[in-house]
Order: sequence, then structure tokens, then C-alpha cells
Amino acid sequence: MSSITGPSGDRGRRRLGDTLFGGGAGLAGVLVIAIVVFTGVFLAISAVPSVLDDKVNFLTSTEWQATPGDLRFGILQILWTTVSISVIAMIIAVPLGVGNALFLTQYAPKWLARPAASVIDLLAAIPSIVFGLWGIQIFAPHLTGLQTFLNDALGWFPLFSGPVSTGTVFIAGIVLAVMVLPIITAMSREVFAQTPAANKEGALALGATRWEMIRTAVLPFGRAGVISAAMLGLGRALGETIAITIIVSSVAPGAGFFTSWLQGGETFASKIANNAAEFNNPESTGAYIAAGLVLFILTFVVNALARIVINRRKAFA
Amino acid sequence: MSALQTPERELPAALADSRGQGGRKVRNTIATVVMVLAFVIAVIPLVWILWTVIEKGASLLVDSTWWLNSQRGITPRIVGGGAYHAIVGTLLQALATAVIAVPLGIMSAILLVEYGASRIARVVSFTVDILSGLPSIVAALFIYAFWVTTLGFSRSGFAVSLSLVLLMVPVVVRSTEEMLKLVPNELREASYALGVPKWKTIVMIVLPTAFSGILTGVLLGLARIMGETAPLLILVGYSQSINMDLFSGNMAALPLMINNDRQQALEPAVERVWAAALTLVLIVLVLNIAGRAIARFSSLRK
Amino acid sequence: MAKRIDVKDLNVYYGSFKAVEDVSMTVEPRSVTAFIGPSGCGKSTFLRTLNRMHEVIPGGRVEGSVMLDDDDLYSSKMDPVNVRRTVGMVFQRPNPFPTMSIFDNVAAGMRLNGVRNKKVLTEAVEKSLRGANLWNEVKDRLDKPGAGLSGGQQQRLCIARAIAVQPQVLLMDEPCSALDPISTLAIEDLIGELKSSFTIVIVTHNMQQAARVSDKTAFFNLAATGKPGRLVEIDDTATIFSNPKQKATEDYISGRFG
Repeated sequence: MSSITGPSGDRGRRRLGDTLFGGGAGLAGVLVIAIVVFTGVFLAISAVPSVLDDKVNFLTSTEWQATPGDLRFGILQILWTTVSISVIAMIIAVPLGVGNALFLTQYAPKWLARPAASVIDLLAAIPSIVFGLWGIQIFAPHLTGLQTFLNDALGWFPLFSGPVSTGTVFIAGIVLAVMVLPIITAMSREVFAQTPAANKEGALALGATRWEMIRTAVLPFGRAGVISAAMLGLGRALGETIAITIIVSSVAPGAGFFTSWLQGGETFASKIANNAAEFNNPESTGAYIAAGLVLFILTFVVNALARIVINRRKAFA
Repeated sequence: MSALQTPERELPAALADSRGQGGRKVRNTIATVVMVLAFVIAVIPLVWILWTVIEKGASLLVDSTWWLNSQRGITPRIVGGGAYHAIVGTLLQALATAVIAVPLGIMSAILLVEYGASRIARVVSFTVDILSGLPSIVAALFIYAFWVTTLGFSRSGFAVSLSLVLLMVPVVVRSTEEMLKLVPNELREASYALGVPKWKTIVMIVLPTAFSGILTGVLLGLARIMGETAPLLILVGYSQSINMDLFSGNMAALPLMINNDRQQALEPAVERVWAAALTLVLIVLVLNIAGRAIARFSSLRK
Repeated sequence: MAKRIDVKDLNVYYGSFKAVEDVSMTVEPRSVTAFIGPSGCGKSTFLRTLNRMHEVIPGGRVEGSVMLDDDDLYSSKMDPVNVRRTVGMVFQRPNPFPTMSIFDNVAAGMRLNGVRNKKVLTEAVEKSLRGANLWNEVKDRLDKPGAGLSGGQQQRLCIARAIAVQPQVLLMDEPCSALDPISTLAIEDLIGELKSSFTIVIVTHNMQQAARVSDKTAFFNLAATGKPGRLVEIDDTATIFSNPKQKATEDYISGRFG
């Protein structure tokens, strides 16, 4: 008579607890996948009828009128504004972020490195609506001088043509840079901290200065990580809603295609947010959801590329 | 050639193209200054924003009226009322979100770490990455299309919670996953060797060991979603009175309270907007700091 | 208590890779058997098949049979979890559960198997800690964290934890290799006492330890790198260390390799 039994005398049934629990974990995973799939699906379902009814080309028109029965909407203008704000943010945030990451990992003394990193992370914790408030009410007035200068000196160039609005693409880009900085810093920091000590010491042993060591050992090693960090920051920038809504002045409808960074406008996100009140019928709602779908695809692609870049590097690590 | 004479070594490009000793030193110093400057530039907005909210909003917060009253009956012209309705609304929505997102996130992380060899685990990992980059407005639109348009429910605080779940799950999954990976495999083996089945090992040994890290992830996730505005704009209307019913009617929340009056010029309204902003910042910062502090006292270190 | 182990023609695979080949041996109840051999020769791998721990690694499987008295450990009706309750294991590095006190660590196996009665647990914990020669050192701080003990004490705690569930067999995978010489001696003395209640199998890198502690010794070796490990010879310890039958055994004992 075997004495190898379980506590209640069971003898080797496939454990019920393990099956249930493993099944539960699997179910959670399936749910997560379903969420993302359904997001795309439902957005498409709501958007497609409106896009089909669109009287102008969805991709190339700059008009936006979501009257049911007379849908005339195109994303070209909001695409331009979205890209402009994101580009300005990236131009500022990527060098600043990499610089900060280098400061935190290569320059800061040990007692400073962790608190300093926490400070940058706290920047990420501030809600976007507070950034918006501060951006338009406190920060923007300080920039009027600079903007007027740009307008006067470079006004012939389409990016800086006037007249200068109160809440401009330019200001929003700078504020967005501050919002996106912590993500870029955090990811770059992680990658720089993993630089093999052997590479760094090898450079120093050749008589390199600290900056030269960084250029030879740290930056090349971290290149993929920085690219990935920048793309994640870009994804965040593309999707920012309330800060942009608050800061950027709206433009009169029917104003034609405008390109100036010193004027207002709407991004995908802010256009949707500004018009949430028009969601009372399927046709209008569909137009805005179409814009949301484009934003979803954009951020999906950017995020996927970012992960692919970092994973390919890991394969060679 | 004597054995002691070594041939000229190839210097790496960064060293070879510098223009003489003096130039190298100068460039090193410039680089150092630039890096320190980068940090200072990053810190300035943080300090500036915190200073602004505190300076403009603190006066209302020291009064108990702020914490105990709603905005019922208050117009932009009138001084008075408080943020109770908004604070309660924010907390209730966050609670509803956490109730769904935390179990879902923890079980998904368990799938990724404890059952990581399965094919589904890789797909889930990729999906979590996508979710962490999902803009809040897209999450809100999805819930609108799904919950309101297709299923026919009305806009409500609960709809907001649903969209916030999409934003909180990736935070919980990633931090839980990191923590579970830090639990040494030897502990799992010790448990199996005692004749404990896998599920009990996970629930009674692995999870408690990773507990403080998981808690940190939850707190940081909560901090993130409490500051989100876009879902509120799309999925619920603002109410100046207290409404504790997540499932019907307009509800208040701190971001909505701020948004409602942000274009007002009248002094009482302006003051309340900044006070609400300060309240929100305080809650979010407390959660953040608590979360990071707990991580420091964890029994697992990286 | 204390059962006899009969292994017949056991082959151990990880996926399609054969790690250990054709092992047959008998381990008598209430005895200590030592497995010795050079690194990578399969002795730990084989040890783990005696409580089906090799299955924790994906792809781990065996061909052949392992009998514990009259029970076939690998029969299709046998639950690995039950096997592990009957055949306990102590690992190379002490691994007390970090979130638990000393008391909770020793009681862990019992609690997780459903024992709730406080009195039963307390008595069993004391008995196990006495059995592991740790009681006097920790009896006044049973509620303190298990991780706060010294290395040797932690390992004895793990031994107490393992014997608390009253296994028939105790497997020890290089239990002293992470410990200082004094703790090692303490554990070796402990093994001498434990063998009156348990069947013990110990893997060790230290030949002198094998000679001190075991009744029988089994020498494992690799035919060549990349080949599976094999059992070369198993005999009374005294015979193995003075008059081994196989040349390879004699070479290993006298330090000519490994």
C-alpha cells in the first residue's frame, strides 16, 4: 500500500489548483491582448462609416467640419500641427535628456546621483493639466520677447510667419519637451549605466579624458537605447492631450493651411478633446474617432519600432 | 627593434582627431559644464511649477472649508466652497480602476514570469509594451466607442475608470514583472522540494517576497491615472456637487474642476483653479514618494 | 520511516540531450550514500531525479525506474508534488524564505500542506530544530527573520525545514560547499545523527567529507566531454577509498584528475 500520498489522501490527480491558477494567468494575458485588439477594432468600426461619408479626402484635406450629413474633414492640418509640436519637443528633449542621463551616470558623485535621478522622475509625476496651466499662464508670457524676435527676423520663413498668437505651437513644443524629458532621461540612463566597466576603463587607460571616454565607450554602446528612448518620448509627445489643448490657441475654421510655429492650431488629441461636446451623433463622433484611429496607429508604430530597436540590440549584447 | 619598443598603437578616432593636449582638456571641461547645465535646466521647470502652484494655491488649502465642501451653488464670482466633491470623485474613480487593473496586471505579470516559456507570454509582453504607449485620449475613445456607443451605457465615472484601467495595467505589469524576476529561483526550488504545488508556491512564497515592489507599482500606477484629464473630458461630465455614484450622472474630479474654470478671469475662480491644481499635485507627489520609499525598504534589491 | 531506493537503468534527458546514462543502484534505508565525481559528471542531475526536481526545468525527463520501497516514483499515477513531500531536499546555498521568521520557515512545509493546529506546529518546529541541532541557538528568537542567521545556521534551518515535513529520504546537494569549515563539521555531525531516522543521499565535491560521513559511496564520471555522465562504481565507502575496482575511480580518488 503506497504511503506516498497528498494530505487528503489524493494520489496524483493533475492538480486542480495548478490548472485553475495557470488558466487564470493565461486568461489575464488573453484579456490584455484582447484589449489592444479591440481598441483598434472598435475605433475602426466607429470611424470607417464617417470616413466613407467624407466629402473631401481624409488624408489630404485641411478642412474640418463634422456636421452630420455634410462631413468634410481631413487630417492634413492637424497632422502638421501634431508633427510640429512633437519635432520641437524632440529637438529640445533628446539632447537635454541624453545630457542629463550622462550627468547622472558619468558625472554626478554617488551621493548626488540617486536623489538627482529622483528629482527628474518627479518631473514625470506632475499631471499634464498642471503643465498646461503653468505653460499658458506663467511660462508663455516670458516667451513673447523671443517669439517677437523670431517673427521679426525670420518672418519671411513659413515656420515663423506672423502674426504671433497668444498660445503658439512653439510654446507648446517647449512645454512638451519638459514633459517628455524624464522618459528619455530614464531610458538613456538605464542604458548608459550598463556600459561594461571594461570598455570604460580601457579608454581611460589609454589616457582619454572623461568626455573622450564617454564618446568612445558609453555613447556607442548606448546608441540603440537612446534611439529607443527618443522614440518612446516621441510616442508620448504625439499623444499628449490636455496640456496642448490648454496652451495652443484655437484657429478660426476655414483659415486654410497654415504652417507657422508662432501661431495656434490643434493636434489629433486636442481636436478630439476640444470637440467632445459634438459626440452626440454617430457621424460626427465617427469623424473624431477617425482622427483618434490615426493617432493610435501612429503611436503603435512608433512604440513598436522603439521596442524592436532595443530588442535587436539585446540580441547582440 | 628592442623588445621594449612598442609600435605605435592605433588610437580610437575620438582621441586621434583631437587637436593637441590643450584642446582636449578644454573640450572635456566644456562637456562637463554642458552636462551639469543640462541637469540644472531640467530642474528649473520642476522647481518653477511647484513654486507656482504652491504660491498661488496654498492659501485656500490651509482652510478646512476646502477639504470639506463641494462647489455646489458657487459661481466664479463667489469666494468659498471646497474641493471635497472633486477629491472624492478622483479617489472613487481611482479605486474602481485599481480593483480591475491590479488583479489583471499581477496575473499577467505572473504569466510572463512564472509561465514565461509559453508562446502566449511573448505576445502578451509585446502587447503590454503597446499599452504603455497608448495615449490616454485613444483609450478614452475606445471606451466611448465600446461602452457608450456599442453597449449603450451612458457616460459615467465608471466609464472613466474603464479607460483608466487601460493606462494603469501596463504600469502594474511591468513593475510586478521586474519584482518577480528578482525573486531568486532557489526560493521556488526550496518550496517545490517541500512538496508544495506550483500555484501555492507562487501565491504563498513568491508573491509575498515580491510584495513591496508590487505595492510600489500599484502606487505609481495610481499616481499616473489620477492626473489624467482626457478620459474625463470624453467620458463624464463635471458636476459641482458631490456625486458618489460611479454609474450615473455627472461626477467631479480634480482635473475636471481645474479644467472647468481655467479660462475664468474672476479672482475667486482663478484662486480655486490653482488650489485644485495644488491639491492634485500634492496627492500625486505623495503617492509617488510613498511608492519609491517602499521600494527602498523591500527585501529584494536590484 | 526511512525507505529504500531502487534505481534501475535510469537515463536522464533534457529535451533530446542525454545528461546521465544507465544508472542502477540500491540505497539501503537509514544509511548515508555519497555521490562523488568531477564537475559536470551528472551527480547533481541524477540526485534531482530522486525527487523529480529535474522536471522543474523544461524538457527534463527520465527513462528507467526509481522505486521507493514498493512505490514507482515515475508511474503515471504518481504526482510529483507528493513525491517531493516524501523525498526532501537541501540545497547548496541556504535559501530560507526571506519574508518569514525562523518559526515560520520551519513550519512552512507543514503549513503549505494544510497543517493548521498551532500546538501541532509548535511541537513539530521544536522537534525539527532539535533534530537539526539548532534549537538551543534560536529557541529565544523564533520570531526573528530567518535571513538574519549565519550561513551555517541558515543551512541547519533549511535542514530543519526539510525534516519538519517528515520525509522518508533526505537528498543533500553539496550542502556544505557554501559554508566555513566549522559549520561544515557541524553539519557532518548532524548527518551522522539524522541517519538513524532518514535515508540520506549526499552529493559532495569533497572526498574527505564523503569518507567521513557516508556508508556507501558512488563514483560518477563522464566518458568524454559532451558524453552523458555514468555511474562508474558504487561500494562500501571503506572499499572505494582503499581498494576501488575501477581504474577511473582510483585515479579520481588519488587526485590524478578532477
